Amino acid sequence: MNSHFLIGYNDKDTFLHRLSGSTKLIGFIAFSIIGMITYDTRFLLGILTFSLILFKLSKISITEVSFVIKIIIAFAALNLLMVYVFAPGYGMTIYGTQHMLWRSPENYFNLSWEELFYIFNLFLKYTFAVPLALIFLMTTNPSEFAASLNKIGIPYKTSYAVEIALRYIPNVQRDYRTISLAQQARGYEISKKAKFWPRIIGNAQILLPLIFTSLDRIEVVSQAMELRRFGQGKRRTWYMEKQFGKADYSSLIVIFLIVLAGVALFNVNGGRFWNPFKH
Amino acid sequence: MTEPIISFKNFSFQYESQSEKTLDNINLDIFPGEKVMIAGASGSGKSTLGRCLNGLIPQAYPGKISGKCVINGKELVESSVFDLSFDVGTVLQDPDSQFVGLTVIEDIAFSLENDQLSQAKMREVTRKWSKKLNLEKLIHRSPQELSGGQKQRVAMAGVLIDESKILLFDEPLASLDPASGAASIELIDQLAHKQNLTVIIIEHRIEEVLKGGIDRLVIMRDGKIVANDTPQRILQQSLLEKLGLREPLYLSALKRAGVNLAACQNIDQVSQITESQMSRKLTAWNDHTQLSRKVKKRSTLLDLNELSFAYEDASPIIKDLSLEIKKGEIISLVGRNGAGKSTLSNLITGFLSPSGGSIKFKGQDLLKMSVKERAQHIGYILQDPNQMISKTMIYDEVASGLRLRGLLEDKIKERVEKILRVCGLYEMRHWPVSALSFGQKKRVTIAAILVLKPEMLILDEPTAGQDLKHYTEIMTFIEKIQWENDLTIILITHDMHLMLEYTQRTVVLNQGKILLDAEPAAVLTDDETIKKAYLVRTSLFDLAERYKLPSATDFVAKFIQTEREGRV
Repeated sequence: MNSHFLIGYNDKDTFLHRLSGSTKLIGFIAFSIIGMITYDTRFLLGILTFSLILFKLSKISITEVSFVIKIIIAFAALNLLMVYVFAPGYGMTIYGTQHMLWRSPENYFNLSWEELFYIFNLFLKYTFAVPLALIFLMTTNPSEFAASLNKIGIPYKTSYAVEIALRYIPNVQRDYRTISLAQQARGYEISKKAKFWPRIIGNAQILLPLIFTSLDRIEVVSQAMELRRFGQGKRRTWYMEKQFGKADYSSLIVIFLIVLAGVALFNVNGGRFWNPFKH
Repeated sequence: MTEPIISFKNFSFQYESQSEKTLDNINLDIFPGEKVMIAGASGSGKSTLGRCLNGLIPQAYPGKISGKCVINGKELVESSVFDLSFDVGTVLQDPDSQFVGLTVIEDIAFSLENDQLSQAKMREVTRKWSKKLNLEKLIHRSPQELSGGQKQRVAMAGVLIDESKILLFDEPLASLDPASGAASIELIDQLAHKQNLTVIIIEHRIEEVLKGGIDRLVIMRDGKIVANDTPQRILQQSLLEKLGLREPLYLSALKRAGVNLAACQNIDQVSQITESQMSRKLTAWNDHTQLSRKVKKRSTLLDLNELSFAYEDASPIIKDLSLEIKKGEIISLVGRNGAGKSTLSNLITGFLSPSGGSIKFKGQDLLKMSVKERAQHIGYILQDPNQMISKTMIYDEVASGLRLRGLLEDKIKERVEKILRVCGLYEMRHWPVSALSFGQKKRVTIAAILVLKPEMLILDEPTAGQDLKHYTEIMTFIEKIQWENDLTIILITHDMHLMLEYTQRTVVLNQGKILLDAEPAAVLTDDETIKKAYLVRTSLFDLAERYKLPSATDFVAKFIQTEREGRV
């Protein structure tokens, strides 16, 4: 009965599943930051390969995530197109040379190797983080999320809010379905048969009752939590927390070394960009 | 003499947002090991009293307190919710809404996590309690997937784990099917003995709670305690009826038969109640009352033929189900959770499409009509009116179905006003919906459906969680509109009173099939059906059996018939 539009935890036994959620979260965040800063194509290609290997190791099947991947591809493509449309000459500004493929730099729309190379770098940035995010989401037991967040320094109340949100997704989905059916019976068309605007309006009709129902739930659950002493102490322990093992420590070292390599390349390149055009 | 564990002295409370006191001069002592039931109509203050016990008042619900309230040696006004949570464990009304963990075991461990226990210690304690409550096989499941009774046990484990000496239940039966409700009451009783607990149950379904045996019954009305005595003495004086609460069914039957309740022994247990004249009087009443068997010729309205439904790759939820519904019938559709009740109604209303079979409405093929078209013939009303109401003003809410069908505004006005008069909402037509009570909102949702002139209504638990007064109000209204418009009504329900009192025919579903299709009295006296469908047999049946009346089914039917005649 669970709907498949959300990606979720899948219980398998791999190296990545056994790692603590905190390690995976730290890895994901560290790689994302260094990857977002650097424009060194060699480094980006390196971590892309690395994350693809990890993805393979995690035994996540492509069919499980195909929907999400399609959406990401669509957005990335649109984004890259827009980057080009708004500033077709930006690559030449960055790299300081002009190797033309199509038309001259005087035209607004032109194409240079520099621009292509810049866009290729952006493409790498968008893609390398996707397998890592999927690995974190799909190999970490949701029950461990909150504990992982808390462990890397986020206050436990905030961390728990994440867990509660996960916990309530099925409820909200069920409420949405019930309310939507009732509204359809009254005559709101929100099926594909209806035209765009009536469909939007039909969906908006569901929102009001859905919000009220959800607010009621929040009140009840916050009382239930208080009655069981949530918020009393400065800290709390987590039943599902995974203790750090050898694998976690070695992984953290590997993560650190990779990030260090990324930083070292700033020095070698004299900045964030690796420039193959200048000789 | 022992000291009371809970003591209210001249205690009053007024919510900040209210102009009058909700609790008015309460004096109540509860002693260690006692099992106390607090009953009363909605708004009587019984839930407010519960909130004082666990400290939600004054912390979460601020207001003005006067007098004294001491709980296990702690002054209410000086204690926080956290302090009191070690003394009083609270199980809220709807276990579904109080689960916080993603799995059963996490939910049980929740308060231990907040107490910062080590993982090893938590594992040890949760193991102990999941064993005690027989949850060992379920600990890695999501609480939402469990049956009603299992959910209740998880909620109890999560609270009992604190080893608090006082347990507070806020309407524990409201969201359970009859059999799970009975099992819960039994479990509470066992735990109370084993753990030496003081138990306080807030409920308005008195008969079910009494069955588990309680020491004291406290009845509240308008913020005051109006009765505080053993159940025996309260029942002997017929106080429940006088105070507008529902009396156990077997007592109403005994009264009909002319038995003097004041002279009854063991009056709180139908299996033990005795009185010297009882056997003679019951037999005489039973012989004297005749069942009127008026069979009306009726045309078929809805005809389901070999209907089947299954989600992809899953076992069927509805299997070759055939059912004929006549015009003007009031039918109750019962069965345990997951028996296929909502799937069946979704097939009829068109939210789901069957994988086989046919549905005909007055001979027309219903499967060829869209959800919107079917809604003109068959209206579907959800349990929670808040999930149905999408407009802020009553008039607009009722008019919206017609507006969506493109009627002219003056035509709409005429029809809406007519329906609002029928439903007793005309005076309030310009009110915002938010100003209404639950029962009034229910009426608005029914009005919004009736305005489309359906010939049939499907109501999902129309009276869930309502006290006797509101229950009667809603059902009287439904009976009236049924009568005036010759409506056909299907009630989906767990409430056996509702099924006995207001419906003529009961369809029992089990595993996607019809287990039994008979008069309610016959269903609730059929042991095998009762067991399979998670129902509980009516206390009237016990009475008939104990006094060897010729036919238990007829006895139940006769009683219901006289009750109905009294109502009309």
